[in-house]
Amino acid sequence: MNAYVGTPTSRVDGRAKVTGAAKYAGEFAADHLLHGFVVAATIPRGRIARLDTSEALKVKGVVDVLTHAHRPPLADKDDAWKDEVAPEKGSPFRPLYDDRIKFNGQPIALVVAEDWETAKFAATLVRVEYEQEAFATDLESERGKAAKVDQPHKPRGDAPAALTRAAVRLEADYVIPSEHHNPMELYATTAVWDGNGSITVYDKTQGVQNVQKFLCSVFGKKPDDIRVLSPYVGGAFGSGLRPQHQVVLATLGALALKRSVRVVLTRQQMYSLGYRPMTIEHVALGAKPDGTLDAVSHEAIAVTSRFEDFSRNDTGWAEQLYKSPNSRLSHKLVHLDVATPCDMRAPGAASGVCALECAMDELAVALKLDPIELRLKCYSDRDQSEDLPYTSKRLRECYARGAEAFGWGRRNPAPRSMRDGKELVGWGMATGVWEALQMPVAARIVLTANGHAEVSCAASDIGTGTYTIVAQVAADALGLPIDNISVRLADSTLPQAPVEGGSWMAASSAHAVLGAAEDIRQELARLAKAMPGSPLADPVNVTLVDGMIASNGAAVSIADVMRHSKVERIEKQKLNQFVEDKSYARNTHSAVFAEVKVDEELGVIRVTRVVSAVAAGRILNTKTGRSQIMGGVVWGIGMALHEETVMDHRFGRIMNANIAEYHIPVNADVHDIDVIFVDEPDERINRLGVKGLGEIGIVGVPAAIANAVYHATGKRIRRFPITLDKLID
Amino acid sequence: MNNVQYSRASDVPDAIRLLAADPGAKLIAGGTNLIDLMKENVERPSRLIDISRLPLRDVEDTADGGLRIGALVPNSDLAYHPLIEKRYPLLSSAILAGASAQLRNMASVGGNLMQRTRCAYFYDTATPCNKRSPGTGCSALDGLNRNHAILGTSKSCIATNPSDMSVALAALGALVHIAGPTGQRTIALTDFHRLPDDKPHLDTNLGSGEIITAIELPPRGFARNYSYLKIRDRLSYAFALVSVAAALELEGNAISEARLALGGVAHKPWRSLEAEAALHGQAATPDHFGRAADLLLQGATARSQNGFKIELARRAVVRTLMQAASATPQSQAHKKIA
Repeated sequence: MNAYVGTPTSRVDGRAKVTGAAKYAGEFAADHLLHGFVVAATIPRGRIARLDTSEALKVKGVVDVLTHAHRPPLADKDDAWKDEVAPEKGSPFRPLYDDRIKFNGQPIALVVAEDWETAKFAATLVRVEYEQEAFATDLESERGKAAKVDQPHKPRGDAPAALTRAAVRLEADYVIPSEHHNPMELYATTAVWDGNGSITVYDKTQGVQNVQKFLCSVFGKKPDDIRVLSPYVGGAFGSGLRPQHQVVLATLGALALKRSVRVVLTRQQMYSLGYRPMTIEHVALGAKPDGTLDAVSHEAIAVTSRFEDFSRNDTGWAEQLYKSPNSRLSHKLVHLDVATPCDMRAPGAASGVCALECAMDELAVALKLDPIELRLKCYSDRDQSEDLPYTSKRLRECYARGAEAFGWGRRNPAPRSMRDGKELVGWGMATGVWEALQMPVAARIVLTANGHAEVSCAASDIGTGTYTIVAQVAADALGLPIDNISVRLADSTLPQAPVEGGSWMAASSAHAVLGAAEDIRQELARLAKAMPGSPLADPVNVTLVDGMIASNGAAVSIADVMRHSKVERIEKQKLNQFVEDKSYARNTHSAVFAEVKVDEELGVIRVTRVVSAVAAGRILNTKTGRSQIMGGVVWGIGMALHEETVMDHRFGRIMNANIAEYHIPVNADVHDIDVIFVDEPDERINRLGVKGLGEIGIVGVPAAIANAVYHATGKRIRRFPITLDKLID
Repeated sequence: MNNVQYSRASDVPDAIRLLAADPGAKLIAGGTNLIDLMKENVERPSRLIDISRLPLRDVEDTADGGLRIGALVPNSDLAYHPLIEKRYPLLSSAILAGASAQLRNMASVGGNLMQRTRCAYFYDTATPCNKRSPGTGCSALDGLNRNHAILGTSKSCIATNPSDMSVALAALGALVHIAGPTGQRTIALTDFHRLPDDKPHLDTNLGSGEIITAIELPPRGFARNYSYLKIRDRLSYAFALVSVAAALELEGNAISEARLALGGVAHKPWRSLEAEAALHGQAATPDHFGRAADLLLQGATARSQNGFKIELARRAVVRTLMQAASATPQSQAHKKIA
């Protein structure tokens, strides 16, 4: 039955993307389009004392300069600014709302002109005077002001006492810097003024309906007034979960000027958006002499803004993953004069599991155990925090398959024991874990008598392959060739979907499509039964295959059924609500193995091999799925060795706000990456057994590399990224 | 970005005339650095004088057996020029260690010499910087200075010159041919760039109204024993933390001539005749190379974050000289360090 699901099907939107036919938010045309350019604050805290736009307004081609003092109305209440992903606690940032400066790079004016170059030039003529106020942006110097976040967590046993009596104990701080997403596509919005007061907004976002509701509440509009589309997204990685500045500014411009307005942020300006928050991860592990864990303690201290409490699950993985009778977690926030952090690929886990898995490696060394053996000694088939069985957990197989593919058995455990010419060779490993979440998503299928089906859903495809898996599932469920399926996504008028994030969209959208396809099948069965002299007079076990509706060996072509019934089209929409069975835990897992080669004298590190063995239920598309994991591994290399948002705390300003100086891996930094999907049948999680792959690829990778660097050099670097200066000390 | 006037120079004298007529004008060839700086409002020329069509694209033999390279030869063309690959492979290697293929295709040889520092404060108009706005102060002195200079610094500026090509040219003893309102002159590449002292806004000794017309390479190319090693924070497409151009002439295992220049450590490519002289007649051993490195790094001083560069430079010098001595130059295509 599965001609497509589970196969390496090429992207259905691949041709459109590589030929430029796929349009992104900043590429939509409109008559008399205006262009907005953002003027950004250059101090981290204070108020605007004077904002002089007169020189900018004199420039030929400038239409207006919007500021907090000169703009259409914006909502005043916090609730109006809370999108579906906003932190519970806090008051969201509002561009051009008032004279307050809350973070460096905050937009304070929008110059709107007939062309982009004019707007950019005029922006340099806007004069700003500030009343500066004392500020703080340094997490480490402000660490003492950390305030605890409420966590639904009951300590297990008595971790402090267990740590005190532990035969072997490991306690360390791991420091993960702030990191920015840097998706290839710049943040952009084209707000098209439709002439009758309604606006069509093309936005770079991970959730069109989230943006649509947000804009309606911020601007006091009715649902029909604003339509949001985001048909293609050139990467977002979490940065597009919340509506960003540019969508407010472009819409504001369109409302103010009653014309279409496009706002594209520059690469530099994108560093005023959300980011992975810097965290100090304090991990303490206590073990018995036999290598079983007796205590786990994990405290995360993270940066957030003064105005919102952003926090994610950094610490819970330690408690969930490994058997330990005693555990204690805490998450603390330090409020600083910076933008609010946001989700970034595997938020919480990428940082927290990095610290945990480095600490586990250190513990293995202290216990003189192989790192895999230590993890197997505290392996748990149950979720330790909730004491629940998993719907499926094949992590043990991940360790085994990954180790075999990597050749782990040939590892000499002694640090500095393996060499290749001048280079020290290090082999490290780590565990990865993420959630397998599912959200309510609706899909609509319209089947026409010509054997073509259109599937539509408001979900975004942020580059992950949603178009393709939706087409695959629909093609299999309707028994049609995939070329007969067209997919429409990311339009706020389409059937409901939440933001695309958290690795939940594959499972969620697939089951919505499956549900709608089944309703189509039932309708076809009903029609077939009603046909005079039907071979399907009593259809049971009906299937759709090869353009036919079949039952008990008899079959009729779908086209014939529809023609005879005089039905041109069958339309079915299904909202798929997952009934959460609280008696199971749902997770994906991975085992990551990394080889580094280190030139010891010069400190130069090369990551020469990575093997990632992933257990994530059924893989809907082994080609796009593999790409997902490879992307995560590459990002993990960056997290280990390159990525760091560098701020000068005297100015409270990010000083490497460009992709020349903010380093991500380039091709030369990426060598062999081997992705293994471990077979993980799961009949409990959902009908297709799908778990999602968006985040799991990065989790564990930085730790595996850091552990390999230790194995190569004998040096334990706990402050990321591991740059060469840290090795040649 | 500001509005700018645009003129196209018809020949070198025309370019000089146009420069003289507009003190705010800048020459543009490949534009790979200038346009970036204009976008950031760091450079705000009143006029761009396009010299990209001037006939300065030849690589020719000189009478004494060297080569004369036109100022507009693209970096890529120079790196892959058969005469450069054969006679001056050190230069070829250094060029290929820099930037990306796309940038090298656009960037000119003269423009490479004129590229400005990558100091983050220089690029950020919201922060003080003596190089960008003389008299405002140096933010890097007590700020983010991990990749700043350790040699030849001043209280006004600790910026580095980012060029790789210039480092090889310094080691090779290249000359810079310049034309200007008062005629033509030639200066050594090592005198072309300046130290910052109290005028860090001046990167070079190029006078107002002057234009680089050519680079001249002396006959000696060190094509047998050379290496260019660039140490950086990722394996490609990053500016040097430290780079080393090394060239040797050996008689048996004894050094008869040594050339050594450092990049990424100063406001200009860093050479020390004393360090090179100390190698004369010595055997090519790590010890001797270490002593030369010490001489080359004499007077190196660190700020809060860049102390590692002193030891890194020392080790890199020894390694590069060993690569040169053993005729196993660093490959720029394969990032494994030999």
